[in-house]
Amino acid sequence: MHDLIEQLEPLIPALRGYARALLRDPHEADDLVQDCLERAIARWSRRREAASTRSWVFAIAHNLAMDVLRRRQRRGHGLVPEEADQPEARIEAPQEDHMRALELQRAYERLSEEQRSVLYLVTVQDMPYAEVAALLGIPLGTVMSRLSRARARLLDALDGSPRPSTTTAALRRIK
Amino acid sequence: MADLVTAPLPEHEALLQAYVDRRLDAAEQLRFERQLQSDPALRQRLVRLQAQAQLLREVLAPPSGIPAQLDLKRLAQAHARGRQRWRLLASVVLAFTVGGLSGWGLGHRQAGGTGIAALADEALTSHDVYAGDPLRPVELDASRRSDLVRWVSARLQRPVAIPELGAAGYRFLGGRLVATAHGPAALLVYADQQSGQRLSILLRPMKVQTDTPMQAQRRGSVAGYAWADRGMGYSLLAPAATPDLHPLADEVRRQSRLL
Repeated sequence: MHDLIEQLEPLIPALRGYARALLRDPHEADDLVQDCLERAIARWSRRREAASTRSWVFAIAHNLAMDVLRRRQRRGHGLVPEEADQPEARIEAPQEDHMRALELQRAYERLSEEQRSVLYLVTVQDMPYAEVAALLGIPLGTVMSRLSRARARLLDALDGSPRPSTTTAALRRIK
Repeated sequence: MADLVTAPLPEHEALLQAYVDRRLDAAEQLRFERQLQSDPALRQRLVRLQAQAQLLREVLAPPSGIPAQLDLKRLAQAHARGRQRWRLLASVVLAFTVGGLSGWGLGHRQAGGTGIAALADEALTSHDVYAGDPLRPVELDASRRSDLVRWVSARLQRPVAIPELGAAGYRFLGGRLVATAHGPAALLVYADQQSGQRLSILLRPMKVQTDTPMQAQRRGSVAGYAWADRGMGYSLLAPAATPDLHPLADEVRRQSRLL
């Protein structure tokens, strides 16, 4: 119980971030992390000591997130929730940096779930490519190509001057 | 990063990603930087990718703090409680099954079944029969303490120690082996030094519910606690009016763990 808390607790923020990145809904994300932690607790004695706890618990979270996304798809709303909660976006003035961050976030949310997953694990979590490949059960080459394509799409989305459509959408959200 | 060469991605593209993520070793990094010098377009792309990665880390930064919903200690405790409930349910199901099957052969059978409930039942019966016996509550008295320990330890196939309850005001009278539906058990009898009232401890190995927290038990004018600890089941019983039975049970459990 002690080593369980010692090893799992530091991973909770990263798990919350990952769940948000995949589900794009902070409340659903925390419910998922709770589900994930409960499973991790129940299976704690059966985990393989050799494997890293991080990979193991992220794999549990990933599988749960895939279930949620599949259920959503079946219910017919696989799209980006149009008004996902982003309270900070409503409070601050539309500064240049903030607009860029907002635009990037929206562009990120439009990526496929596969691209979001790889990009989060590599960029935010700084997870080694091989660990990402093992966690997602895909070849290393696929990790690299998803990463490359995701980044290219984000560059395209934020290309040049801010696009009128995203700006007005953002402004509408801010007022 | 040698594996990257086999990626279904142009090598320079994979190297670019790995450079952004600072995953290249020193030699690869040097090689890539030479390539950068001769390729302004690649340089520009790199700068934009690096800025993107930096901003992405800020945008997707995990939320700080842990909400109560994700408190690990609470989740772990809830899990442990769930397991206990599950074990209890399993033992009830087993008790019904065993009770039902043996009932067919033996006719009416006393309630109890298996697990801690059975132990509590057996202890109450032994307490009623022996502990209150005015003439011969025990078979081996306190003067033959070491014979008693050898005897019951051999029959229970477990080391048995006799709890010392003198500090709580109870004098050890002695003990005996008793028969239960689940094999031999040791019955230890004590007397309150002032009132002379009897207190008994029954112990036997447990096949199910090998670790169970203390549960209060009561039948008629007798009350006490039953629990299981590391495969051994315990019951402590005394007249229901006896004060401080729970601390006494705690003390018995504490001493048994010193074995």
